[in-house]
Amino acid sequence: MDALTLDGNAVAGLLHEVFGTEMTVATGTCGSCGASGQIGAVHVFRSAGVVLRCSWCGNVLAKIVRQEMQACVDLSGLSGLAYVHHTGA
Amino acid sequence: MEGAALLGRLTWQLADVLDVVVENARVKTLALDVPEWPGHKTGQHVDVRLTAEDGYRAERSYSIASAPSGTRIELTVECLEDGEVSPYLSDELRPGDKLELRGPVGGYFVWEPALGGPVLLVGGGSGVVPLMAMIRERAAAGSDVDMRLLYSSRSWDDVIYRDELGRLAGRGLTVAHTLTRSQPDGWNGYARRVDAEMLTDVGPASGDRPHVYVCGPTPLVEAVAATLVELGHEPQRIKTERFGPTGG
Repeated sequence: MDALTLDGNAVAGLLHEVFGTEMTVATGTCGSCGASGQIGAVHVFRSAGVVLRCSWCGNVLAKIVRQEMQACVDLSGLSGLAYVHHTGA
Repeated sequence: MEGAALLGRLTWQLADVLDVVVENARVKTLALDVPEWPGHKTGQHVDVRLTAEDGYRAERSYSIASAPSGTRIELTVECLEDGEVSPYLSDELRPGDKLELRGPVGGYFVWEPALGGPVLLVGGGSGVVPLMAMIRERAAAGSDVDMRLLYSSRSWDDVIYRDELGRLAGRGLTVAHTLTRSQPDGWNGYARRVDAEMLTDVGPASGDRPHVYVCGPTPLVEAVAATLVELGHEPQRIKTERFGPTGG
């Protein structure tokens, strides 16, 4: 395991910014191996952007690149993403 | 709808630095007042953002070290020599300065007294920070939940919150240290990396179905989580958080 690996917790703020709600307790399903788990537990790699990988098979679940005014989000590695959109305080 | 969307937004705000406390040679705690702070759960983070004069920005995520207490929060920061953010936070910030942050964020690695116990906390190095928030919350709430901390440090001088942990231990809180590189004279605690025997000693047993929180460098987190599963703990009850150099 690469010591540079973080997990979904480390990008909670970025995910909140992109999705408008808390996402580390969202359930993601890997489009490759079918494993389901909470986004807080997936592996995260940071470089120019953020890459989320399945902690079971390593498949790239999502890529997020944020620039000043926009975010580019590729979720093609996920077959599902279930979350509660909290609208209240 | 527009109002609802705004409520869910995560906005940057300016915190006031109230105090800077030296924990050890490489670690400091920043006490902050965040005027619009909505409260937090223990284990949550804040994102800190620094902006250079030329507009360059660096963001890092830090665990909150304190139990919920009005608009005051504490962050404990380990200074990483080649870090972009942590050297500023630990060496430059002074009481009266401002710091830009947003939060709280995260809902996965959290504990609150209502969740109950037993609770097993395993921390390595500055990975103890969110676990300390849980220990402080338990104490502040007067909870008698069975909570056990197994804390791995390189040496006795590297142990963060050493005195406070000593004071809080007892009344259902067990604190076990392991010192992996050097030990003081007369040390009778553990002196090796966390292993199956140590986890079995510290407990609680997997049959007691503890909530487990493991936080530290990636190798420690991976090894401890795998060992706990081998010992029969349910993977869904083991919450992990990895600290990497990008936490700098």
